[in-house]
Formats: sequence, C-alpha cells, structure tokens
Amino acid sequence: MITKRIIPCLDVKNGRVVKGVNFEGLSDVNDPVALAEYYSGAGADELVFYDITASAEGRQLFTDVLRKTAERVFIPLTVGGGINTVDDFDRVLKCGADKVSVNSGAIRDPGLIAQAAKRYGDQCVVLSVDVKRVDGVFRVFARGGRENTGMEAISWIRRCVENGAGEVVVNSIDTDGVRGGFDLPLLEAVCDVVAVPVIASGGAGNMAHFIDLFKALPKVDAGLAASIFHFGEVKISDLKQKMADAGIPTRL
Amino acid sequence: MIAIVDYGVGNLFSLTSSFAAIGQEVVVTADPRVLEAADKILLPGVGAFGDAADKLRATGLDKVLVQLAKQGKPLMGICLGMQLLFEEGHEYGIHKGLGLIPGKVVAMKNVIPQALKIPHMGWNALDFQKESPLFAHIKNRDCVYFVHSYYATDCREAVIATAEYGAMLTAAVQMGNVFGCQFHPEKSGTVGLNILRAFAEMEG
Repeated sequence: MITKRIIPCLDVKNGRVVKGVNFEGLSDVNDPVALAEYYSGAGADELVFYDITASAEGRQLFTDVLRKTAERVFIPLTVGGGINTVDDFDRVLKCGADKVSVNSGAIRDPGLIAQAAKRYGDQCVVLSVDVKRVDGVFRVFARGGRENTGMEAISWIRRCVENGAGEVVVNSIDTDGVRGGFDLPLLEAVCDVVAVPVIASGGAGNMAHFIDLFKALPKVDAGLAASIFHFGEVKISDLKQKMADAGIPTRL
Repeated sequence: MIAIVDYGVGNLFSLTSSFAAIGQEVVVTADPRVLEAADKILLPGVGAFGDAADKLRATGLDKVLVQLAKQGKPLMGICLGMQLLFEEGHEYGIHKGLGLIPGKVVAMKNVIPQALKIPHMGWNALDFQKESPLFAHIKNRDCVYFVHSYYATDCREAVIATAEYGAMLTAAVQMGNVFGCQFHPEKSGTVGLNILRAFAEMEG
C-alpha cells in the first residue's frame, strides 16, 4: 500500500532559506541544498521548494539552487512560487523539479492548469490553494493569503482537478500558524469531491497532529509543514516511527 | 560506461545526477555506435507508450536495442522505458513494444478497487518474488517511488518484484540480462541509488 508522505516545505528568497534553522551538523542553516539533504536523510518523502522571490535575479538564484539540490537529493521535488505560465513550468522542470505547484497563477489564468497538464501530464501539475472561512463559507484567497477572490473553494478545487491538476495542496489559513492541528473539516470536504492525492497543510504543531490527520481522514495522502520541522520541534525520523507504531503505512 | 538512450522522451537530469552520485560515468546518446560500445544500456521514458514506441522505431533504435540485448549486453528500462521492453502496450490503442520480455502493459483501473487513486503515485514497498542481482544492495519491503497508471501483466517468470496496490502490480522484471523497474530509482532515495549501483556493477 502507498505510504503516507511527510513533506517539509522550504521558503526560498534570493536563493536562501528564509527561516534559519539550527540543526546539528548543519553549518549553513540558510543553505537550501544543505537543508534539503538533511531532510532527505531524515526520511522526508518529498520536498517542496517555494520561491518567494520577486526579482528576476532572485528567480535565477532559485533555479541554480534547484539544480544543485536535484543533483544531490534523490526524492521527489515539488516547486512552487511565481508559476504563471507554461514557460515557468518548463524553467523549473528542466532544473530537476518533478512536480510544479500553481496557486495565484491558476487564479489569474484559468487555462494554465489544462495547458500544463496537456504538455507535462496531470501527475506533474499540483494545485495549491489557500482557503479561509468567510461567513461560514470556504473561500479561495490569492496573493499569499492576502486577497479574498470571492470564489468558493471546494468547487474551485474540483474545477482545477477536472482541468488536469493531479494533486492538491490544501492550505488552511484558519489553522495556519495556530499549531492546533490540521483543518480536518476543510480537508474532508476536499477529499469528498476529488480523486487525486490531497496534501494537508497548515496547523501542524506536534507529532500527534499528523497521526490524528491520517487516522481521521484515510483519504489524505500527505502532511506538509514548515516551521515545526525547521525549528527542530518535530524530527521527521521520530514522526515517521510514531506513525508506523500507530499502524499508519509509513516509509521508514 | 553506461549509455542512457536519448530518444526525446522525458527529462534525464535526475537520472544522470543519480549515476554521478554513485560515481558512475554515463553518456546520454542516440548513436548506435555509442550504444554498442557501452557496457550497459539504460532505457528511460515518461509519457505515453505509443508515442515513445514510435520514436524508438522512427530512429531505428528499437532494432539496435533488441540486437544488443540479444547479444547479452545488460539493458534496463525505467518506468515507461520498462514498459517498452514488453510485447505490447494497450494505452490509446494497441502498440508493439520491443518484445524482450513476455507480457503486455495495460490500464490498472480494471484491476484495482475503484476507491484507489490513479495514478499509483508515491512510495510503496517492493515484495520480492525472485532473487535478482538487481536487489544485491536492498532488502525485501524497501520502499521505492512510483508514478504510473498502466502496469505490466502476463509477464510469466519475468516478475522479480511486485508492489501491493489493491492488486499485486508488477514492480520489477528480469529476463536474463534484460531488467525493468516500473518505479523511479532516481527518485527513490538511497534504496534507488543502490538499485542503480547493482545494475552498474553487473558483469557486461
């Protein structure tokens, strides 16, 4: 049976990891390549690199980082941030990315997912969506969660999957940063309408939150987090052992 | 020297990097003379069976690969490259493969429970069915990374490992000097590198 994936997410700006981390044996805590190698060695099942650079020079640094990472880290790499055109897909796939995640780019150009899926295959196209409850309705937020698009989230996700998104990262703005656990009601609503892998993001504060996620929602395929891994509060090797002990299919 | 067949299918960046990581020299080529001079041949591939098989035939590489395999040169296919080793692929019509391994490649949607997602994507454990030099450095139940919607069936004695996904899906095959991995060793961490290393170490 397919194992549940644990995915650390690295925010990269101008070629450097944004939140510095202190790990034993890691001399440069802001070096994305070193951090990626560290996580891969600790048992991460996949890595997400998120480019939060705005400038063209920064973009170039990002692809350099990506290439160096793909030369040394042999687990799937998903890349997001600044993906607005099929050419952007091309740029990062050539540097060793396996999957490309689109968020605001798909909102601006609703044809992007279909074009990219046709050229690279559905399995290559990941929809990333930031969701927040507004008056009890799940709404899609754009621009890093700052702007309410007014679109209803579940139907948006379903439409994107119909257009060819092969995987969905569901990031709950409501639970993000709260560290009280993943947004199970939102994730359940998404799992009910799509038949592609769903990755939970936003809210993980400890190991038990991942166990709760996979026990409560067996249809969720992966859990993604950033700061709890970066700050060493949760060690991926410990987490995966705990998951296996709890009877969750896990790659050890 | 390992030759990676370049026939315009898929991105070879991770594969060439994997061999570099285990200290193996590779050459990416479509030149029959280079393939002939190589110790071993690796056939990669992503995409649809028919397109890839057409590309091999259009360049004449199909005949070259079959001939070199029959001469005993170790040949390994990865993902779609593995599927191309079989007799037939049933993806958007029926297409002829290289016929180096018995069997055909068919959609998994007809054999796995409907509740399971397609593609079969992610890390899954290998269940060894036979001993193989390909497994010299890995253990039964080690996990590898899969992404595929079609699988090889009717492979008779060629199956050396399966992966459980609502059905026992063919994960790796061998017929003498011809090997195939449905999964991506270049994306399967240390286990994957150890599979590539085992292939690289085989006697040519």
